[in-house]
Amino acid sequence: MTDTLKGMRRRTLLKSGLAGILATGVAPLIFTRGAYAQEFCNAPTGDTVTLGFNVPQTGAYADEGADELKAYELAVEHLNGGGDGGMIPTFSSKTLKGSGILGKKVAYVTGDTQTKADAARDSARRMIERDGAVMITGGSSSGVAIAVQGLCQEMGVIFMAALTHSNDTTGKDKKRYGFRHFFNAYQSGIAIAPTLGKAYGTDRIAYHLTADYTWGWTQEESMKNATEALGWKTIAPVRTPVGAGDFSQYITPVLNSGADVLVLNHYGFDMVNSLTQAVQFGLRDKQVNGKQFEIVVPLVSDLMAKGAGASMKGIYGTANWDWQLGDDASKAFTKSFGAKFGQPPSQAAHTSYVQTLLYADACERAGTFYPPEVIKALEDYEFDGLGNGPTTYRGADHQCFKDVYVVQGKQAPANPFDLLQVVDVASKDAVTYDPAIFGGELGPDTPAMLIVDVLISNPGGRFSR
Amino acid sequence: MLQFFNVPRRDLLTFLAFSAVVLAMPLWLSPLGAAYPGLMQKFAIYAIFALGFNILFGLTGYLSFGHAAFVGVGSYTAVWSFKLLTMDVLPAMVFAVVVAGGFSLVIGYLSLRRSGIYFSILTLAFAQMCYSLAYSVLTPITNGETSLQLTLRDPRIIDTALAPRGEGLPSASILGHVFSGVEGFYFCAVMLIVGFFISQKIFSSPFGMMLRAIKSNQVRMNYTGFNTRPYALTAFVISGMYAGLAGALLAVTDPLAGAERMQWTASGEVVLMTILGGVGTLIGPVIGAWLIKYFENIFSAFNEQVLHRVFDWVPDGLEDIVVLITSKFVGEGWHLTLGLLFVLIVVFLPGGVMEGVRRIAGLFGRRGKPSSGAAMRVQPAE
Repeated sequence: MTDTLKGMRRRTLLKSGLAGILATGVAPLIFTRGAYAQEFCNAPTGDTVTLGFNVPQTGAYADEGADELKAYELAVEHLNGGGDGGMIPTFSSKTLKGSGILGKKVAYVTGDTQTKADAARDSARRMIERDGAVMITGGSSSGVAIAVQGLCQEMGVIFMAALTHSNDTTGKDKKRYGFRHFFNAYQSGIAIAPTLGKAYGTDRIAYHLTADYTWGWTQEESMKNATEALGWKTIAPVRTPVGAGDFSQYITPVLNSGADVLVLNHYGFDMVNSLTQAVQFGLRDKQVNGKQFEIVVPLVSDLMAKGAGASMKGIYGTANWDWQLGDDASKAFTKSFGAKFGQPPSQAAHTSYVQTLLYADACERAGTFYPPEVIKALEDYEFDGLGNGPTTYRGADHQCFKDVYVVQGKQAPANPFDLLQVVDVASKDAVTYDPAIFGGELGPDTPAMLIVDVLISNPGGRFSR
Repeated sequence: MLQFFNVPRRDLLTFLAFSAVVLAMPLWLSPLGAAYPGLMQKFAIYAIFALGFNILFGLTGYLSFGHAAFVGVGSYTAVWSFKLLTMDVLPAMVFAVVVAGGFSLVIGYLSLRRSGIYFSILTLAFAQMCYSLAYSVLTPITNGETSLQLTLRDPRIIDTALAPRGEGLPSASILGHVFSGVEGFYFCAVMLIVGFFISQKIFSSPFGMMLRAIKSNQVRMNYTGFNTRPYALTAFVISGMYAGLAGALLAVTDPLAGAERMQWTASGEVVLMTILGGVGTLIGPVIGAWLIKYFENIFSAFNEQVLHRVFDWVPDGLEDIVVLITSKFVGEGWHLTLGLLFVLIVVFLPGGVMEGVRRIAGLFGRRGKPSSGAAMRVQPAE
């Protein structure tokens, strides 16, 4: 008897199970119906517009990521009319009124890239597909920036790259939907070479330690080209994994290599560790080939200088921006950042803030969030008053051109934040190059229509017909 | 052939229930804030990976610390198939499974000469070798840290022969139909269900029994005249092929293959998934995979803004303190939460989540043995 009963129950269960499968198979069709009324991916229809901030919160670049996030918060506050407005009053374009973007209040979502391409793309997809972000920004590793930029191109969402210094980002891997305000390794090389020539002479032998990924490779190449043009020689470069932590095994061979300059193509905690260890190993006290041994760090930031402490004194490098620059825009930004977070902003924070403002301004000037129009507004756009002097967003490769600063670690810092001093400025014209040298193609600007799936997570329908 | 689909009624029920749960993901994940295609695809894909890993670890007891290598191999193969041949997913998946199978055959053959901790170390060493190769030595093939991506200039021989090149990067398609995000999820879900069915068949087959015997007492097996190594190697290759399939699906849903997919942390992750869910149970690893991916993607996205919204009901002065404390466990602190959860589960529920389910079921029903658990607990008589 019980057997029959059980059998019956099972049969009903089977039936309802099948019905369930059928129903769920059909469900998405119902949800997605009408989604094509939407013009483009994540068109904001309510009274808010959502931006996605994708930064490393863990890993070798976490310090930079944390600073970027602060800058994004500040930018959102200023765009919404809070605080003192930061660089909005100094910005040459006067479209931003503190009323959000195109009258919509700015909201944001954040994600952790973990400095890994996969994780970064996951988190960008979450922000695009679930949270409806209309623009993604962030970075701190060029590998990650390139991966996310590729995703954004596929999805038709604008990517405003923050901290990424590799030539590839706007070179061979450039994308129509990707924009970079930060300078690149090629510009670093051009900018720093004359200073190095003056300080260290033209007869030097350089040893490179290079972070083993796109940024490291391109910086190594750019530095090699620029210094060899001076007359320096380069000993075969050594690649080190990102996040290695301990660099002693790489530094010991430098001592016996016959080189008299060490170029550290490292960033973030990696640079802090490798520089500190190189100094501890006594490299800077050595005399090689009758010359004082020197260390060069082509890309430095305040955060790294802070981490490296006394080891940073006298070291040359280049920077996109420094909080001690004297122009009104830099002063205004440093003031409002300092007031909110109690510390001066790093260059990572600066570029993140600027990119957010530039995007907002481009939307205002285009009069729409429709990406192809926003892209047109950004391409070949000339602006000023954002801390770097007159700047051009070149349309051919979406790279910003502006002055590049050569900086040196201060010998006697006046306060814990007074770590770098600008010793030289390479003019915008000097660091402008032909976009053809890196190859690559931008691709089309037609928006992707496929992201109708967002509706499933949001069946209530933010998407009006 | 039909014999193959003839499964006991209880297994059929488990299978149907599992299928329903997987296909209904967009519905039941919605209130959890996880019902977007990107994450649901990951749920399905990592569940396949964990299912395959469990065939090796759960049944034979061989703990491999290098399975992520096969995921990476699968991804690279699939992306190369996209680049060279066609954007169609079927050849990509077939190639990925075959190549990952080949890799696992070689690595398995060498590693299975030892057992226990030595086996684990060997697999770890091989996986790290694969990782280092992909990360720097084989940069022309793998594009190193930057990850292998599609470009506009890829040859795509078959596609370009059939149709002129379109503007922009192509997307993965199946027989000419281009996937959207949700369709991509359903594709992965169907793969997961097929993978589950095969795993179910292996669990209930004599071959599966043989694998369990290896776990229970390999020495005795050898004394009774069985050569256990071919069985263990088969299990290793099968689980390697599952991993290859998972890698291919990762590339199908997002045409990019990076070296970090092969790192030892990724290998460790699947071990965590399996243990968290329940080693040797059919469904446990799937649940473990879902838990870990949920934490990684949802918890890591909570920022203070979100927390303030969640704890809106707490009195003002207290709210800041509550937010301050909880913020350490979400956002960048999601690893901490996951670690705590893992410790709690291992200490109190050594059999993973599935043991918890069994205990709860045991409290309510006299029978106390849900369909999936019963088969797993069969141990060879001492």
